[in-house]
Amino acid sequence: MNHSWLERNSILLLIGIICVIAVGGAVEIAPLFWVGGTVEKVSGMRPYTPLELEGRNIYVREGCYVCHSQQIRTLRDEVERYGHYSLAAESMYDHPFQWGSERTGPDLARVGGKYSDQWHKGHLIDPRSVVPESIMPPYKFLFSTPLDYRDVQALLKTNREVGVPYTDDQIAHAKDDLIAQADPNGDGVDAFEKRYAKAQSRNFDGGNGAEVTEGAALIAYLQMLGTLIDFKAYHADAPENRR
Amino acid sequence: MQITQAKTAQSPWRLDHYFVPLVIFLGLLAAIVEAARSPDPRMVMQAWTFGACMAAFGAWYMKTYVGRTPADEKNFYADAVIKAGVIASTFWGIAGMLVGVIIALQLCFPHFLYFPDLPWTNFGRMRPLHTSAVIFAFGGNILITTSFYAVQRTSRARLFGGSLPWFVMWGYNIFIVMAGTGYLEGISQSREYAEPEWYADIWLTLVWVCYLLTFLGTLWKRKEPHIYVANWFYLAFIVTIAVLHIVNNLAMPVSFLETKSYSLFSGVQDALTQWWYGHNAVGFFLTAGFLGIVYYFIPKQAERPVYSYRLSIIHFWSLIFIYIWAGPHHLLYTALPEWAQTLGMTFSVILWMPSWGGMINGLMTLSGAWDKLRTDPVLRMLVVSVAFYGMATFEGPVMSVKAVNALSHYTNWTIGHVHSGALGWVGYISFGALYCLVPWLWKKKLYSNALVEWHFWISTIGIVLYITSMWVAGIMQGLMWRAYNEFGFLEYAFSEVVLAMHPYYIIRAIGGLLFLTGTLIMAFNLWKTATSGQPVAAAQPVLAAEAA
Repeated sequence: MNHSWLERNSILLLIGIICVIAVGGAVEIAPLFWVGGTVEKVSGMRPYTPLELEGRNIYVREGCYVCHSQQIRTLRDEVERYGHYSLAAESMYDHPFQWGSERTGPDLARVGGKYSDQWHKGHLIDPRSVVPESIMPPYKFLFSTPLDYRDVQALLKTNREVGVPYTDDQIAHAKDDLIAQADPNGDGVDAFEKRYAKAQSRNFDGGNGAEVTEGAALIAYLQMLGTLIDFKAYHADAPENRR
Repeated sequence: MQITQAKTAQSPWRLDHYFVPLVIFLGLLAAIVEAARSPDPRMVMQAWTFGACMAAFGAWYMKTYVGRTPADEKNFYADAVIKAGVIASTFWGIAGMLVGVIIALQLCFPHFLYFPDLPWTNFGRMRPLHTSAVIFAFGGNILITTSFYAVQRTSRARLFGGSLPWFVMWGYNIFIVMAGTGYLEGISQSREYAEPEWYADIWLTLVWVCYLLTFLGTLWKRKEPHIYVANWFYLAFIVTIAVLHIVNNLAMPVSFLETKSYSLFSGVQDALTQWWYGHNAVGFFLTAGFLGIVYYFIPKQAERPVYSYRLSIIHFWSLIFIYIWAGPHHLLYTALPEWAQTLGMTFSVILWMPSWGGMINGLMTLSGAWDKLRTDPVLRMLVVSVAFYGMATFEGPVMSVKAVNALSHYTNWTIGHVHSGALGWVGYISFGALYCLVPWLWKKKLYSNALVEWHFWISTIGIVLYITSMWVAGIMQGLMWRAYNEFGFLEYAFSEVVLAMHPYYIIRAIGGLLFLTGTLIMAFNLWKTATSGQPVAAAQPVLAAEAA
């Protein structure tokens, strides 16, 4: 083999580089899209409700992922601290994923239901008022900013285009469902709860319910994290779940 | 060396004279449409920013190119664009490190440095600003600048494309401005080191293709039979970053009038795509590209040829082949399938070998010139950077071993590891290159070697404080999270671990502040060199390989 071939021809060199770098990606990433069992078959997963999706957008916008992971590893202390280790299926509707890389703050994969809405609101407004040791930034502005949900239908549609199985019905009622989830006394709550299993309709930010704030959307998202899967029906030792 | 080449200047029709203005015009048009029609206030702000950038670029272009040939085009080498790159790199370096110090202090003193009604001052928005500013703004400008310099000298040819290199320089920095202002406004894809949204990604793709074209075109024009080894690394960096950038940013915008998009992939596939990108941003942006600097600037400053040609070949191909596999080590013990985790860990450990092969090649280039380390602080900076490279590329494989990663992942150890590479390796090799380039380009003697000494020692103390504090903090954090008490319960609440980090966060901030101080000293030194240094008439030293 004579290396001077490559050294004398920039196009050969270029092609050589592309071939060499293509191997690793092709072998490691591509199979994840078709190897069966990469994502477990589970019961309970559903797409985000419109309000949760809006809350998730705020989570992404504020860069929460730089300090909080959403991925409980298969280690004893993590399972005891945060709950059942994370399954691939739990983030299968996450565009993009929010597994994170740092725990400057605790993992949030199963934070849903661990604290009250009131606690979340107090904590987001002034983290040190509830956790004195906290170094988290304050998010007071979320509770004075009305949620801009004019495009919520388009958000669901875009998610469907990239693979989230929203039904026509869910897309058609996106706006109604968002309002219904934020205001338990309004109309449409029953229809909303039928469209989204295990979804909770509450006044998440303790406001008057007439105006949905960004804070309410974020709390709605946090309160559902990790609560969907029915772990009674999931058997880690079953052959199809061993990876 | 001032060979004038009148041919380019007299050429009656040049594609770049149409291409660049056309892009500026279309960019301006897109900005106006977005600003006028978008229902998304964030998009409107971005459109105004982009429009202002396009207007500034357009005004500069008209002033420079319409009805005249700029003086720089009469020179053999295109050096004006490189001078601009030196200034941009230095500016972004200071800006990025300053933001780093600010967010480090935020973690120390949350009572004072957060403002409940100013969302853009929050850590979550400032941290991507810091990472992007130091990696892409500082590092990226250094890479474009040094590659433009090295490819011309090693090819004995002027940069290809007339004003195309200027488009690359302006376009890349406009991308930085769009990304940075976007983060502060709350625009993010939440993909680490790939946070900019779809429209900025499209713009960067265009700029990057032009960068590749400029680089390749210059190679096509070369008067040397061989492509010099530094250019292999630069080429691998440019091509691979293009591939990584496009694949990792595949996304569906909610509307062409809104900033928000959703990634094409989800969950586990998305996670591995992102860390395939993320790790190879390290591998190709922060390693292969900067190895190009090693292979050009160290031999040149030491006035010695590269130690081993054969080792260069092995280093190059094995490094780029193995690096690509290492991504899954960011996802050990997660929901990523076991086989992928094992592959990632294995290749990460193997990666130690080519990394150290490259380190040896760089260091041994000083054979017969070791005495220069005593007298030439610039060379010392370059060489110490290679030593830090060796250290970080040893630590990396260790941390990718599953048993170690179980402890180190999610902790500050990772932050320490990144910074031993970023400050020690990327930082020092960049500073060394800048200390070389300013005297070469402005044809002046370096203003003060003593200030380089000060820079070197102050920033070295800064690095030591930074990485040792983060090692201790990270290992302590990992141990506290997994500590059990005598009754078999977890010993510490999460908040207790946060509290325990406080002193280390302060030491880290001091380390960062020292590093920033060093950079400011460098900026002063470079400024004085360019403006009031002693002129030197002598030509630059010529590489042995070049002269042959």
